[in-house]
Amino acid sequence: MTNLLNINYYAVAPELVLIGFAFLVLILDLLLKGRDKAVLGYVTAFGLLVSIPVSYFTNEPVSFSGMVAADSFSAFFNIVFCVAAFLTTLISMDYMKKAKADRGEYYYITLFAVIGMMLMASANDFVNLYAGLELMALSFYVLVAFKINDNKSVEGALKYFVLGALSSGILLYGISFLYGYAGSTNFAEIARAASAGSSQNMFLILGVCLTVAGFAFKVALFPFHLWSPDAYEGAPTPVTALLSVGSKAAAFAVFLRFFAGSLAVLQPHWAMLIWVFSAATMLYGSVVGVSQKNIVRMLAYSSIAHAGIILIGLLVTNDKGSSGVLYYLLVYAFMNIGAFSVITLFVRNNGKGANICDYKGLASKRPWLAFFMALFMVSLAGIPPTGGFTAKFFILASAVNSRYYLLAGIAVVSTVISLFFYAKVIFYMYMKEADDASVFTASPGAALYNVVIVISAVATVLIGIFPSVFMDMAVQAVKPLLM
Amino acid sequence: MIQLVWLIPLLPLIGSVINGLFGKRMGKTAVGLVACVAMVASFLISLSIFIKILSLPVAERSVEVTVFNWITSGAFKLDVTFLIDPLSTIMILIVTGVGSLIHIYSIGYMHHDKSFWRFFCYLNLFVFFMLMLVLGANYLVMFLGWEGVGLCSYLLIGFWYEKKSASDAGKKAFVVNRVGDFGFILGLFLLFWSLAGHGITSLSYKEVFANIHHLDPSMLTIITLLLFVGATGKSAQIPLYVWLPDAMEGPTPVSALIHAATMVTAGVYMIARNNLLFSLAPYTGEVVAVVGILTAFFAATMGLVQNDIKKVLAYSTVSQLGYMFTAVGVGAYTAGVFHLMTHAFFKGLMFLGSGSVIHAMGGEQDMRKMGGLHGHMKTTSWTFIIGAIAIAGMPPFSGFWSKDEILWETFEKGHHYIWALGLLTAFLTAFYMFRQVFMTFTGRCRADHHTQHHLHESPKIMTVPLIILAVLAATGGIIGIPFFEEGTAAHHFLNSVFSSGQHVVNHAVAGGGHVANAAGESEAIHGGLELIMMGVSVAVGLFGIFLAALLYYEPMKKFAPSFWTPENLAARFKGLHTLLYNKYYVDEIYDALIINPIKRLCWYCWRFDLGVIDGIVNGAGWVTRLVAWLMHKFDVYIVDGTINSSATFVSWTSSFWRRLQSGYLQNYALVFVIGLLLIIGGALLGW
Repeated sequence: MTNLLNINYYAVAPELVLIGFAFLVLILDLLLKGRDKAVLGYVTAFGLLVSIPVSYFTNEPVSFSGMVAADSFSAFFNIVFCVAAFLTTLISMDYMKKAKADRGEYYYITLFAVIGMMLMASANDFVNLYAGLELMALSFYVLVAFKINDNKSVEGALKYFVLGALSSGILLYGISFLYGYAGSTNFAEIARAASAGSSQNMFLILGVCLTVAGFAFKVALFPFHLWSPDAYEGAPTPVTALLSVGSKAAAFAVFLRFFAGSLAVLQPHWAMLIWVFSAATMLYGSVVGVSQKNIVRMLAYSSIAHAGIILIGLLVTNDKGSSGVLYYLLVYAFMNIGAFSVITLFVRNNGKGANICDYKGLASKRPWLAFFMALFMVSLAGIPPTGGFTAKFFILASAVNSRYYLLAGIAVVSTVISLFFYAKVIFYMYMKEADDASVFTASPGAALYNVVIVISAVATVLIGIFPSVFMDMAVQAVKPLLM
Repeated sequence: MIQLVWLIPLLPLIGSVINGLFGKRMGKTAVGLVACVAMVASFLISLSIFIKILSLPVAERSVEVTVFNWITSGAFKLDVTFLIDPLSTIMILIVTGVGSLIHIYSIGYMHHDKSFWRFFCYLNLFVFFMLMLVLGANYLVMFLGWEGVGLCSYLLIGFWYEKKSASDAGKKAFVVNRVGDFGFILGLFLLFWSLAGHGITSLSYKEVFANIHHLDPSMLTIITLLLFVGATGKSAQIPLYVWLPDAMEGPTPVSALIHAATMVTAGVYMIARNNLLFSLAPYTGEVVAVVGILTAFFAATMGLVQNDIKKVLAYSTVSQLGYMFTAVGVGAYTAGVFHLMTHAFFKGLMFLGSGSVIHAMGGEQDMRKMGGLHGHMKTTSWTFIIGAIAIAGMPPFSGFWSKDEILWETFEKGHHYIWALGLLTAFLTAFYMFRQVFMTFTGRCRADHHTQHHLHESPKIMTVPLIILAVLAATGGIIGIPFFEEGTAAHHFLNSVFSSGQHVVNHAVAGGGHVANAAGESEAIHGGLELIMMGVSVAVGLFGIFLAALLYYEPMKKFAPSFWTPENLAARFKGLHTLLYNKYYVDEIYDALIINPIKRLCWYCWRFDLGVIDGIVNGAGWVTRLVAWLMHKFDVYIVDGTINSSATFVSWTSSFWRRLQSGYLQNYALVFVIGLLLIIGGALLGW
């Protein structure tokens, strides 16, 4: 047993930084009065920025007795979390004020959610993983319900909470089976037991199935996705952006570390399971997305479809597939947050802008905003020269390389179907005339939204034009997994 | 220093971005300053790189600078790499040097335009793409520049898009260039594909040239012919030259920079760069030379009767480009690049001069309404005349050396018919250029009273670039004067680039037989013959000028025989005159043979599209929507409904809060559990 003082705290340095800032925000929230509280959002954003270089330089692959693996893999994810939370924090400040929900809790709970995600990304042990997952999930339950006076917000949060509790229970149940099988909750130990023992062991099968279900809930895979459209629609829009990007990326981090890393030897046994998940999820997401009228719900189904495609990269357990997942998540963070920022900019005043038809004639009234929105839609649809295209390309190339032809074909079909609803937004913006109902006056306080929109747009295009720079980063990041 | 090469294209790009984003609010002075500073800085870097290259030993004059890794896919790796060698150094000097002067000139010329900032944004962007084209060390970077300059050319021709003729001309240039680019990209595909068959998946010049011997000659011939199709589009050669005269709808500095000095020479540069490929495909070389000389000749004949000051220059540009293609076609790459350079000087000068004239005339471009401008604008007039002397090939001005070198090399390499046609073209060139000079600057002013009253010399910011270009046009030939025993300074400098191609050509000639020993025996006769040739071409040029003077120069008119007036000649050779005046009806022929059939085909396709394709697409769309609708209903009624039909009932009847408590949530949970059971069931059955 390790002495408390001997523990290498550097391994959790990014988390510690954010914990420090979370407490700082908590204290400032008590001390500051009235309008001074506006500083809280900036402190939070600053903390997230500080955490990015700290994450980058943290490299302690084995610490806390092997429970924490702070390697290049977790560093990549930590940076994605911090960037995503940074961008969503910037657009939250004004939104929350308009929604009459600008309380200090929002910021430090956001920070706690990010800390939870970080713990998940560096977890190399189910105990540690579960702690991170619960920290993230509990934070999100609160954040989704943050517009306490809005029935939809509360409804979404409650559904999310109840189902989340159910999934946590099932995940714990699965972990207990795995513990029974391997005699340890450590990924490395489970991997050792799995490569030594029989793959037909009942404990192993049940453990894997139940943990998959638990993670699938977080990623919102069909049929564990039912909470997500309701929660996305009800939650404050910036929270939706963070939820769809951060929570999903964190769950994929765990998926990758456990399946593509530790259980890679059993790939032939779990491949079929993931294959079916992937195919069903992308088809379901894109097909049901077609009939959505609410733009947030549309993006919820789009997010489900994207998760299905990313899952292909998990299935391909080599560096191409795994790095493809990381690359995809990076691009997805920017294009999705960009799209949500545009939506937030409109819904913040009176909720108008929630429907796709509200964007009628945007191009003639606000040409730049329409252009950026179109860019994000084009990227989500996977059309060059945006990052969305290269991300899909890498994933599909890895699938074809590993002979998953049918799955790649399904992914293409799903992409074509999803084009329908992305194009619909562009169609409304550019082809329809604005009527009296669609008011796009530039109201004050839009500066931060514009900053986030431009950052996201530039990143989306840059990643698309210089794919190899970012792909190299992703390939470096997945090296520890595949050793 | 050479490592800084990436700054050369980057600076104009930054200038373009700044002017594009903020130009509208910056004010004209700032816009012009940003654009010109970017260009001049870029020129200075180019100049220092040129000096650096000169100081290097010949063998080390080819340097590759990798800026970043662009695409990596499996074994295929592509970097954005710049190649600095004598050829690209000359090209960047021309592009940034002449480009800087034209930028400065444009500040004066475009001063009254309301889209001043847009003009400089496009112009800087053009320079960026042009520099990428000439600096790229692989075919893809070159292609990026190639397409980029096409885009900028389109944007700038149609700069005054409110004018229908301008936007039409832009479209025409774009479409005609697409035809050429289609051939070009096919050539690149074929090159890449056939090399990949030998295990070489690279598009960098170095690797392609090193492995080109793997390809068989017929394949090389097809590839080079396709590349040449691209060149005919970009550099306005038969049959794709038709867009260039129309491109004169753009602002005059654009005509000077893009449609005379730089972009249209991209095809010549491309062939010079690929000299090894073209040398290995002698048949293509012949095609290039013949197309080049025919273009030179026919364009010159069309230039004889034009009355628009810029149209004359446009046809002259097409004609001079034809000379350059003749040169690279017969394997005289140095001569071609040399003429490219001198042409950039004197044609850039003449376009800017014509711009100065148009500026003074208040937008009038018809030479029949000009005349006598010499008295009003001395600087413009003198510099223009220097340009005309240079293009007419009078020693010691630059055009003489470069044109003469092309003619001599053509003759020496045994293409006597091409040489004869080239000589005839030189005569026509001298004639129509001086026709233009006399019509514009001498005699009585034929403009209306109002215009005459406003005639003025252009401001300093426009005349200084004219003077600098005039000095270059007069003296630029110096590097082509054979001071040395073995060839000229230009030869010495460019030799390392063209040696491989030259080697192939010489080898083939030597293999051919008797020519080889002829070379040894007759050094002396050789030199003598060259001098005689020079004399002949000067005489021919002088004769052209003389005939033009008899027709159009007042003091000379009285010496001409009575039938020798423009009116009488036009009447006597009515058929020929009409044919030339209407540019051989090529536009009409293209309309009848290609454009109208395509339009008709398009119409049929459109009907087909409307009836059949749209039907299918709509049908597919309806099916998708139907499926989506069904899935949606499945979600709403079957998933939610069957599992707990009470939920559906409740959702219809109860209030919001009741629905929240007893409605969907249970269904969600049930679906969750069923999904879980399916997973476990599947796993137990062994998937």
